Amino acid sequence: MEILLAIIIGTLYASGIYMILRRSLVKLIIGIILLGNGANLLIFLLGRIAKGAPPIIPEDSKVFLDAYSDPLPQALILTAIVISFGLQSFAIVLVKRAHKVVKTDDLDEMNATDEYS
Amino acid sequence: MKTIILRTASNYMLPLLLIFSVFILLRGHYLPGGGFVGGLIASIAFVLHAFANGLGDTRKLLHFHPGFLMPTGLALSFLSGVSPLIFTGEPFMTGLWYPEHLPIVGNLGSALFFDIGVYLVVQGVTLTIIFTISEST
Amino acid sequence: MMPQLVIYPLIVQMLLAIVLMFVWSKISWQRTISIVGSILNLGIAVWLFSSVWQHGSHTVQAGNWQPPFGITFVADTFAATMVLLTAIAGVAVSSFSAGSVIPARLKFGFFPIFHFLLLGLNGAFLTGDIFNLYVWFEIIIITSFVLLTIGGEKAQLEGAVKYFTLNILASIIFLTAIAVLYGLTGSLNMADLAAKVAAVENRTLVQVNALLFLVGFGIKSAVFPLYFWLPASYHTPPSAVSAIFGGLLTKVGVYALMRVFTLIFDVDPFLENVLLAVAVLTLFSGAVGAIVQKNIRKIFSYLVICHIGYMIAGLGMMTEIAIAGAVFYLIHDITVKTNLFMMSGVIYKIKANHNIKKLGDFYADYPKMSLLFAIPLFSLVGIPPLSGFWPKLSLISAGWTTENYMVIGGIIFASFVTLFVIVKLWGEVFWKTGEKLPETRNFPYFKKLTKMKKTQMMAPIIFLSIVSLYLGFGAENIQALSERIAFELMDNQEYINAVLRK
Repeated sequence: MEILLAIIIGTLYASGIYMILRRSLVKLIIGIILLGNGANLLIFLLGRIAKGAPPIIPEDSKVFLDAYSDPLPQALILTAIVISFGLQSFAIVLVKRAHKVVKTDDLDEMNATDEYS
Repeated sequence: MKTIILRTASNYMLPLLLIFSVFILLRGHYLPGGGFVGGLIASIAFVLHAFANGLGDTRKLLHFHPGFLMPTGLALSFLSGVSPLIFTGEPFMTGLWYPEHLPIVGNLGSALFFDIGVYLVVQGVTLTIIFTISEST
Repeated sequence: MMPQLVIYPLIVQMLLAIVLMFVWSKISWQRTISIVGSILNLGIAVWLFSSVWQHGSHTVQAGNWQPPFGITFVADTFAATMVLLTAIAGVAVSSFSAGSVIPARLKFGFFPIFHFLLLGLNGAFLTGDIFNLYVWFEIIIITSFVLLTIGGEKAQLEGAVKYFTLNILASIIFLTAIAVLYGLTGSLNMADLAAKVAAVENRTLVQVNALLFLVGFGIKSAVFPLYFWLPASYHTPPSAVSAIFGGLLTKVGVYALMRVFTLIFDVDPFLENVLLAVAVLTLFSGAVGAIVQKNIRKIFSYLVICHIGYMIAGLGMMTEIAIAGAVFYLIHDITVKTNLFMMSGVIYKIKANHNIKKLGDFYADYPKMSLLFAIPLFSLVGIPPLSGFWPKLSLISAGWTTENYMVIGGIIFASFVTLFVIVKLWGEVFWKTGEKLPETRNFPYFKKLTKMKKTQMMAPIIFLSIVSLYLGFGAENIQALSERIAFELMDNQEYINAVLRK
């Protein structure tokens, strides 16, 4: 399971970075989404996976008796997902407006800010 | 996308999805679920309605600008966050619980109000963004 | 002593933002609420600072969870100072934007978002939890995107795309670093991490992780190879927005770097060399970039980058006197850079142009205002006894004792180039006889504004100039403050004890 997740995370990071390096605005956003998902899965994997061991202390004891799956990464991932949801929706609105104003999808043509004036 | 099937279906789906979203919101009280998911489901209900009947109809149905939900929800969450500071002098965001077990509702605490606030904010943000995107095409 | 005080700067900003959202379309109300609220926030920040100065660090455990499990908010001297500076810059920019930003832009929720930005900044300074720091960073990023794009001009949107992409990339790298850190130690509380990271056996992974943090915060604080988003975006929004960005946004990155590398990670010789090399290259490239620019706000953007180098150099040398210099520079830089961008806004309102080749006659037309503008300009250069001089003294003496002659060279080079750039700017904008610029129709010229608006624009510049003068003439107080902060940063046991309640 860990190996599989590690491969998936690697693929997500690699394809995300590849997409960010493309010149199209839409592909840039796809790249950002993939990278964000890769990071979320990484948190999940690094919180150590323990299958079928919910983090609940039995009623007659005060501490955990066995290895348990860590609940914190899920809270972290949920937070990160909410944040990336906001960022990505903003990014889509931004790209749409930029496309309407600049009338191009090509990042190389967006050089009004670099003009020497 | 104005097909008769989707339009008829969306009329029945809207109340069902809204009830389901409230159910998810309240279930998040002790079980998995909660304000964020509930808010998303509620906004999906309205988005589906907008797809089927056009944006104008959905706006009429809502009566007010969805952006107004944002400050309302934020204020509710904020108040539930600062209430321990005001009432008991405990740190920010400490959960306050009503001591009695209420019928139907279960235990009532400040966490529920926080979640309702999140529910409203998520709806407000999502609907505002989706309306803005689909308006300007 | 009130321990709950730590949370008040956050509560005030949050409350302000919510109230401002309720009066979304009533601009004149928003102006008043924002200014009054910012002054209230300044009062609370002063209260927090004086309380921390007298009683030491304050902590609050959000939700009353025991450390290290809950989210801790910590106000040590460094955090309290940064909150105070945020409040000072907040008051100034709030008043300045009430006077200068046109109503069409204010209608899109300028003020609520501005206060959310201040909330994010305060949160980032006060939090003691690394994941919470990530959340505050995201709040800062989202709000700064909105502020950057309000108005929707072509240059703004293009600048925003660049700003957006690189900053999101920085967040993802930061999140990856947090994931690795959590995997290594199983903790997120920074005070708890300090002990746990030192006990990790896999030192290579710790070093790689430290570099991930360096890259993530490096993009945000605009250090040498990672700064390209800054000059592409900072000159596009209204001057009020540039002022708060130039004053505080990159400094949050520097703050986070200082916090992480003094508290969590030990700086080994390799990391030290990386930091110093980055610092020297930042000083060099920012300075050279500033020489060739003609747009007044682009010049200031490159100077922002250049002066980040001083703080990174102080961090890289890792002695108490060097950190004190870096902290002093941070304090000086926030006030001066905010002031300079506001100044460029006033110049733009008067002449409707940003190109220094076309500007001119300023001293002949507005002699008093020119003298006022001379204070931030020459504070930035660091002509003694103005405020930029003293931290450089500490940095150079630290460079001498640690035998980092390259750093001393970089600092002196950057200082002279800054002097050259500012003198050039003074000559071009203030002394030269300028071209006769054609009047732009419908432009809200400064002379056409009401007296109220003029006061709202000039009062914050006067206020920040007075703060700058105090930093220069009362340097021994600020030096004492910086040394105390440096001592607390270098000897982090007090911070850890305050958080973990040992």
